[in-house]
Amino acid sequence: MNAVLVISGRDNVATALEPLEKGRTISVRDETVLVAEPIARGHKVALRAIGKGDAVIKYGSPIGTASCDIAPGTHVHTHNLASTRGRGDLGAAAVTGASADARHQLERPTAEPVE
Amino acid sequence: MSSSDSAFLGYPRPDGRIGVRNHVLVVPTVICSAVVAERIAASIGPVGASLPHLAGCGQIGPDLTVTHETLAAYCGHPNVGAVIVVALGCEQVIAQQLTDAARRAGKPSAVVAIQGEGGTVRATARGIEIARQMAHSLAPVNRVWCKTSSLILSVKCGGSDYTSGLASNPVVGRVADRVVDMGGAVVLGEIAEIMGAEHLLADRAASHEAATRLLRVVNRVEAEAMALGLDIRGTQPSPGNMRGGLTTIEEKSLGATHKAGERTRLEDVVGYSAPITRKGLTVMDTPGLDVESVTGMVGGGAQVVVFTTGLGTPTGNPIAPVIKITGNSRTAQSMADNIDVDVSSVMSESETLDSAADRLLSDVLAVCSGRPTAAEHLGHREFAIHRRNPTI
Repeated sequence: MNAVLVISGRDNVATALEPLEKGRTISVRDETVLVAEPIARGHKVALRAIGKGDAVIKYGSPIGTASCDIAPGTHVHTHNLASTRGRGDLGAAAVTGASADARHQLERPTAEPVE
Repeated sequence: MSSSDSAFLGYPRPDGRIGVRNHVLVVPTVICSAVVAERIAASIGPVGASLPHLAGCGQIGPDLTVTHETLAAYCGHPNVGAVIVVALGCEQVIAQQLTDAARRAGKPSAVVAIQGEGGTVRATARGIEIARQMAHSLAPVNRVWCKTSSLILSVKCGGSDYTSGLASNPVVGRVADRVVDMGGAVVLGEIAEIMGAEHLLADRAASHEAATRLLRVVNRVEAEAMALGLDIRGTQPSPGNMRGGLTTIEEKSLGATHKAGERTRLEDVVGYSAPITRKGLTVMDTPGLDVESVTGMVGGGAQVVVFTTGLGTPTGNPIAPVIKITGNSRTAQSMADNIDVDVSSVMSESETLDSAADRLLSDVLAVCSGRPTAAEHLGHREFAIHRRNPTI
């Protein structure tokens, strides 16, 4: 069993399938990442540098935005990854990301069934 | 696996639908008659099922309609063989309309009114007498072989953790695809938990209309959350989800949506408890709260629920078997009495998703043929009608 699981080639995070200790090296496809801090089982570790404001990608889709710069090998969770959806606390201007995608889809010209 | 291999032993109903259980259903029209209804149902053992609920009066507009439609849907449900409606006598929900729903589906039905009978003791006694007669008449009814195409499978997740999106939901999704391949239907609820993954379902829509309706309903739910001026984080994902490693609703949704299949096309989007009439995948407008969501999908006609969990959860339903499946080996052991199917072998890579799906499909058909689920063994019969308006 691998120590981590990456679902899509587009993902910039991996899921720890067992607790990862600091200093351990994990291999993901042809990349190796040095674990920079302890990662609990089921939690996410950054595979590469993710800049503040950039999308964090898992399952090949955005799961939110980095709220600060994230270094490779560090823990990605609520302290550095923020949802862009349903955020009434941020006011109307915060409706971004997937909502914009959804509006795009509503307006998209392809009326044909998707095969 | 051919469709003939995948048949199960069910109860064909006069309206053409197929039941997987044969309950005497005791329905209180209103919260005021819930205790009497529960006592009547309990008097005939596991065949009896009640629907204790908090509504039926003090409701206006859409809220009253949803209560009425949900209760009527259960009265006509194929897992029900006979219906007793327990009225108080002065409430808004009309007992006659509920027995009409039962009659339209070809089921025997009766009304017991507490005010009309003259109090709790007489109403309970009268109800027990009728319930015993109904149970007696249902007992000799035999199951017959039925096709998988007659199934409406509800897919649900609750108490999710990182294993849900990686193991149990993809296994359930493969079963959903196979049920649809065999001509059946699948229903997915919990609109808030589609938020962030709606683009994937919309791309699989069979029509532009289905895609548009899905995106409208997701946008409406998001707008409702936004209108409160609050941060959705804290409820989506829940604190337990976060401890389990899930950070955002987008992440939870992307994992959750796997359970609706990997390729099945989205055919329809329906309201809460509304009839599921299309083969293939239907999305129902339900909240994320587990019991309200399961209540609505069973109301829509689902005969069986497959429910994935990472952290473990006991939810059942009064008339539909709820099958619990987990990909978390620790939960499979620590909550063994609540778990029906353990697919943690997928996490440890000792079993493929397809092999686990074979196993789950065979369990689903066994449950549809009468094998009790963990929730049924434990008497978990949770029921809650989604409410959209304040009590007046």
